[in-house]
Amino acid sequence: MTTTISGELTRPGLGGGFRDLRQSSFLLKLLVRKELKVRYRGSVLGLLWSYVKPGVQFVVFYVALGVFLGLERSAKNPDGLSNYAVYLFSGIVLINFFSEALGNAARSIVNNGNLIKKIYLPRELFPVASVWVSAVHFFPQLVVLVIGCLFAGWHPDVFQLLAAVGGFAIVGFLATGLGLLFGAANVYFRDSENLVDMLLMVATWASPVMYSWTMVESKLGPAFFAVYQANPITVGVELFHYAFWYPTTDGSAAMPPNLFSLWLPIGLAISLVVLALGQLTFRRLEGRFAQEL
Amino acid sequence: MANAIEVSSISKEFVLRHTRSIKEAVVWLVKGRKGDLSKKFHALKDVSLMVETGETVALLGLNGSGKSTLLKHISGVMLPDSGSVYTRGRVAGLIEVGAGFHPDLSGRDNVYLNGAILGMTEKQINERFDAIVEFSEIGEFIDTEVKFYSSGMYLRLAFSVAVHTDPEVFLIDEILAVGDEPFQRKCIAKIQELAERGKTLVVVSHDLDLVSRICARGVLLEHGNVLFDGPISEAVSRLRN
Repeated sequence: MTTTISGELTRPGLGGGFRDLRQSSFLLKLLVRKELKVRYRGSVLGLLWSYVKPGVQFVVFYVALGVFLGLERSAKNPDGLSNYAVYLFSGIVLINFFSEALGNAARSIVNNGNLIKKIYLPRELFPVASVWVSAVHFFPQLVVLVIGCLFAGWHPDVFQLLAAVGGFAIVGFLATGLGLLFGAANVYFRDSENLVDMLLMVATWASPVMYSWTMVESKLGPAFFAVYQANPITVGVELFHYAFWYPTTDGSAAMPPNLFSLWLPIGLAISLVVLALGQLTFRRLEGRFAQEL
Repeated sequence: MANAIEVSSISKEFVLRHTRSIKEAVVWLVKGRKGDLSKKFHALKDVSLMVETGETVALLGLNGSGKSTLLKHISGVMLPDSGSVYTRGRVAGLIEVGAGFHPDLSGRDNVYLNGAILGMTEKQINERFDAIVEFSEIGEFIDTEVKFYSSGMYLRLAFSVAVHTDPEVFLIDEILAVGDEPFQRKCIAKIQELAERGKTLVVVSHDLDLVSRICARGVLLEHGNVLFDGPISEAVSRLRN
């Protein structure tokens, strides 16, 4: 009997965190592809649903808030926001990305429990794949947004396009971090996913998606407004406004003060801290996933 | 000869928690932690197991004796409360065939997905894809969605992926009863071939005749303790009595 003894003795079951992801990039790709294939299985419209749902959501909000509640600027309502439709939609697409990413990531571990109980594989893959899938669904919405912007006379400069990338990165990191945290917690307490649903409802209204940041500042005063601004989603949405909405206006609308010098770094820092904390918690809890699921 | 698996005095306690909500946990805390929120259950007690490279070991015992738990520790799915587990080389579990299959994907997609889950690279799967399909005898149905497969076809494809992962250490849990008799014989022949090629095998099965044909060494477990460790024939006869 001849055998080659390959490698050293290693301890099985100890994940290397995000380092594993690079080694398993092929598996990550397959998991993402699986989710995309399975999502709209058996439906006539298929991927079109990724356009239809936000489209309807947009029309409802636009009519209710823009027209009925008077947020849209018109001849009779000079205080409203000009191009409110673009303003609204650029925030909605980002919030939709965040909601879908976090909602699915928080459920990903429990939903893949069958696999996690039986085979060892880097478990971070599941929340990360959920965020990835959401990013793929985000893309068609972005295309619709850009087309809408072009009709409204969009002429962005490079800096504004970079702002969009920054806003997307902040929200993506935050969703991944929170997804790891709640995904791991969900194994122990299924309350976690309900908590996430609640959090997502709050997130939609706790950032200037439907309304303008100036309304918040005038009601809250500078101290509480700073707290409001420290929310990374708020920063992300404002960066999206700067990238997509601002270049379609006459430039008279005010952007939040210190958006780039202060709030962008703070938003990014908070997101990265949440990501690190999520990863740390996940690694501490993952050793017992198999027996708790 | 070097050890492929070194399990040193591991213990594992399961907490049988009855509650799954924060509410009940809070009520329990408020009541001054009266009563036990959870029951404890010792699945493994101070178990040690050294397996040399190329050995074929059967884990035997009645239901609930801790065989599968031990296997899960070797694969890394579970971590021990105390003690340590070390393995050498790539370990792959033929544990519960088809755990990574998705019914709405085609057989082809599932081969890739399951292969990657079991640790194969894209290149390896591409190379072995034809061999996997041929071994499974699925033929033209490879592009059909797996949910339309008969249960035998499903298991055959899953088993075929698993045996083609080619790791150094194979863990096999109760999956030898796959498909009809001709295919079962083929599976067993394949496993014997792996053993002859010097792969390390750890098998859990209740089919004692089968196990004694494949394995040379038997480890008898009872209530999380190692009762006997030695030649397979003696382990089987001990279990039968």
